[in-house]
Amino acid sequence: MTGGEILQRLSDRFGVAIVETHQELGDATAVVERGAIVDVLRFCRDAALIGCDVLVDLTAADYLKFPGREDGPRFEVVYHLYSLAHNHRLRLKVRVDEDDAVVPTAVELWPIANWLEREVWDMFGVRFAGHPDLRRLLMYEQFVGHPLRKDYPINRRQPLIGPKA
Amino acid sequence: MSPEPVTREFMLGEGSGTGSGQNLQVGVGPAHPAMHGIIRIVTELDGEYIRKADVEIGYLHRAFEKDCEVGGYNNAIPYTDRLNYVSPLINNFAYASAVEKLLGIEITERCKYIRTAMAEISRICDHLTCVGATAMELGAFTVFLYMIKAREFLWELVEDVTGARLTISYGRVGGVKADLPDGFATKVGAAFKQTREVLDEVHRLLTGNRIFMDRMIGIGALSREETIAWGITGPLLRAVGVPYDVRRAHPHWAYDRVEFEIPTQKDGDNFARYLVRMAEMEQSMRIAEQALVAMPGGPVNVDFEGRPIDPASYVDQGKQGKTEGLLLVPIRLSPNLQGQNRPALEQVNVADKRVVMPPKETAYGSIEGLMNHFMLVMEGYGIRPPRGEAYFASEGANGELGFYVISDGTDRPYRVRCRPPCLMPVAALAQMIQGEMIADLVPTFGSVNMIGGELDR
Repeated sequence: MTGGEILQRLSDRFGVAIVETHQELGDATAVVERGAIVDVLRFCRDAALIGCDVLVDLTAADYLKFPGREDGPRFEVVYHLYSLAHNHRLRLKVRVDEDDAVVPTAVELWPIANWLEREVWDMFGVRFAGHPDLRRLLMYEQFVGHPLRKDYPINRRQPLIGPKA
Repeated sequence: MSPEPVTREFMLGEGSGTGSGQNLQVGVGPAHPAMHGIIRIVTELDGEYIRKADVEIGYLHRAFEKDCEVGGYNNAIPYTDRLNYVSPLINNFAYASAVEKLLGIEITERCKYIRTAMAEISRICDHLTCVGATAMELGAFTVFLYMIKAREFLWELVEDVTGARLTISYGRVGGVKADLPDGFATKVGAAFKQTREVLDEVHRLLTGNRIFMDRMIGIGALSREETIAWGITGPLLRAVGVPYDVRRAHPHWAYDRVEFEIPTQKDGDNFARYLVRMAEMEQSMRIAEQALVAMPGGPVNVDFEGRPIDPASYVDQGKQGKTEGLLLVPIRLSPNLQGQNRPALEQVNVADKRVVMPPKETAYGSIEGLMNHFMLVMEGYGIRPPRGEAYFASEGANGELGFYVISDGTDRPYRVRCRPPCLMPVAALAQMIQGEMIADLVPTFGSVNMIGGELDR
């Protein structure tokens, strides 16, 4: 299936849960309602003609300072899928607000989502509902804040931790 | 008088070995002599068997993605060197290609072949390091020395082209920093000949070696389904028999014009990964050789018509305002350290003033060129891709190396996400070592080829 056909299939199957689709620069992209994301991911993984069996990447972006989107939902959680059998890619996105930054977890679909979601929580402060072990992945536990948020200043220093001398 | 028998409790800690069912916790790392890289594995041991493991990463976190958002698009290139620092060229090119995808530009033919050849040389360096280090940790120190020797030959090639060995910063958005030096293909031929000899020796030393096989076969294995579910790509995926290779699945640069095979194995254990890596090095050499033969455009520093001039006096004349006719005077620069003269620049960079620095003749010889140069280096100007997002994947030495770049239309990337290929196998490491002996942790960790730079970013 081409990117357009996949997006059409998703729109047919999930209706209003697919908020928006585009194919800029050849990357098929669908923005999905938060409540439907796990179903959409499962469908993309299991539907015979889509068959995106690899969760290539799971990340997020903070649109706080993006021109034209300052008021909109602040965070976008981005899933990059790939199909080994059909050799096509698909990008899914979920938009969430800052005061309700929770997305259902995909751990039951792909075990790798465990670490990738931990990284998103660590870096952006987006929580994943149902995640078995939502600890920070790269930063240490005592770290305050979420460094990839646009309002986290790059030059902020936090005290070094470690065993006391 | 016989000495008091030493109890196991004393040796291993309270409760262990007493049948109480309590396991012993042992932390391996963050800095452990048998592990290359800073990572902590908290193991729960029952005797010598690992019952549970928790892998902690992040010790080498350097805020790569945050730093990229601060400078211009080309300013991120040196940061990408430090992702997978064993094969930095691939990172450079993959990042540059992601930005080029955002900009919608096509790089020149010669540049495609240069990227292909240099990326493959990097890949061989990476595999040599991985296999050599794994063998060393299993006691085969000779193999390590042989392979580092071979890597040295290849690093000399890299140094020849980029001027540096490790932090090479050779890629640029829209091209590469400089053209290849004279006689590069000959040097590559000589280095590959020596590398092949080393690989032959290593094959004889390791592939049929009883000790090595006993420690590798059946250890750290993942099934095909597990490997896919963990999102693992690269040699580890090919070791379970899935012939997925980004170079073949999504051909970029010149990969669709060279012949190569994708070596696969079936077992998915450490030995299969070793065999895949060994076979891939030969394929990489094939690709690089073909790319160097098929590379369009001849040598760069051909004899110009008119008098060559040394760069310093060129700059002086420009600064003094003596620019009349200066544009027509060719300049002779060493291709890798002093910047690029016009014929070289045109061969390896796209003709797009929004992206690529003007050649030195134009920058020093004309006001338009000087303005063009300023527009690319001044804050607030620089390369400005249109608003949008792009994901570009390339085959890194450890698997799919992806860059997801978001542009807000300004001269700085709004977001740069690196999809690190070795994060996925490290995430699965706990599963690979569970139920095996603690000594098996060492070869499994070696075959995962964890690179702290790209794992922790």
